[in-house]
Amino acid sequence: MIMTEQQALYTYALRLGDNALIQSYRLSEWCSNGPILEEDLALTNFALDMTGRAQALLTYAGQIEGKGQTDDDLAYRRGERSFYNQLIFELPNGDFAFTIARLLFTSTYEYFFFEQLQHSADKTLAAIAAKTLKEVKYHRAHATDWTLRLGDGTEQSHNRMQKAINELWMYTGELFATDETEGLLEDRNIAADLAPIREKWNNHINRILEEATMAIPVAGYMQSGGRKGIHSEHLGHILSEMQYLQRAYPDATW
Amino acid sequence: MVSHTKEGILKLLSVIADPEIPVVSIQEMGMLRDVVVSDEVVEIIITPTYSGCPAMGIIEQDIRMTLEQNGVKPARVTLVYDPAWTTDWMSNAAKEKLRQYGIAPPLHSTCSQEVFGHNMIECPRCQSYNTVLLSRFGSTACKSLYKCNDCKEPFEYFKCH
Repeated sequence: MIMTEQQALYTYALRLGDNALIQSYRLSEWCSNGPILEEDLALTNFALDMTGRAQALLTYAGQIEGKGQTDDDLAYRRGERSFYNQLIFELPNGDFAFTIARLLFTSTYEYFFFEQLQHSADKTLAAIAAKTLKEVKYHRAHATDWTLRLGDGTEQSHNRMQKAINELWMYTGELFATDETEGLLEDRNIAADLAPIREKWNNHINRILEEATMAIPVAGYMQSGGRKGIHSEHLGHILSEMQYLQRAYPDATW
Repeated sequence: MVSHTKEGILKLLSVIADPEIPVVSIQEMGMLRDVVVSDEVVEIIITPTYSGCPAMGIIEQDIRMTLEQNGVKPARVTLVYDPAWTTDWMSNAAKEKLRQYGIAPPLHSTCSQEVFGHNMIECPRCQSYNTVLLSRFGSTACKSLYKCNDCKEPFEYFKCH
């Protein structure tokens, strides 16, 4: 079956929206659990940015699909196999070093990604990207600061940071994976071209890790699946909590 | 049937306060973008400061209520993201109101360097520049926390965006 532009755009908007939603969920889990109060504020502020981004993207996905689904319908009533976030976003928070290492990888990716997507031929995606870029700058600056501080800190913080980076590395490949969805949209100047983004990401991450006295992991097996709906066991746990109310009491309002 | 002019409606809406910083209006903040009056409907176009701004729901409700009380109907509130909101749109009068309220207003609009750089932020209480950043993130997404080393008071700074 040949994919139409509408189908590709729907999948693309869902992938971006789900990345934001699941990422937001994980960061919110730090609420009242941060190592210091300022960190509680920072991480939950980021989570709020991402919830807003998810709302915009899922609303748009619903409009593209044209079946009257709202952002809430898409967030609360889709099954696990229909969620298309990349795996790195759904992994449990781990310790603070793990959360920071993930934020460094993902915010650096999002920074270069949305920098390019703001020039998309699709006006709605371009507008959301331009808005997001302003916020991602803060996320990346924050993750970079902490990576330097922890990596080049005590033996304990250095080791934890290194462990986190090593564990996360196999999930970074999926950030740059493409399939027919991106292919079709790239031809029409709608999707971001991931090749230059990957190069910029590598350069930035290598530079920061080096400055933080961290060893850069060697290239190895890269795990993927989330963008196709094949998830780790962790997403199911997120959804069972996030969707509980609408599943138990459909159409509940307050 | 709509019988109000764009100017008249803008005037009605100019009293709506920012729910999180009630000394400034949504118009002064630059969140109220446009009013489009057609024969069938009045469309109010608003934009969020930050994507996840939790005040948008309340602002929409305030707009609806104000219009209804003044007999402007039917009305529609549309949320747009383009062009992305910037602190550039904040009027000087609004910045002065922020200062008097105890929030240091944004320095300028080009924020790309500010994220990394160390700016001199003026204490809104004693006008001292001897201030220090406590936390890049404060009670809302748009503000960071500072402390004045002279008057010893903590204060919030509205970040450039």
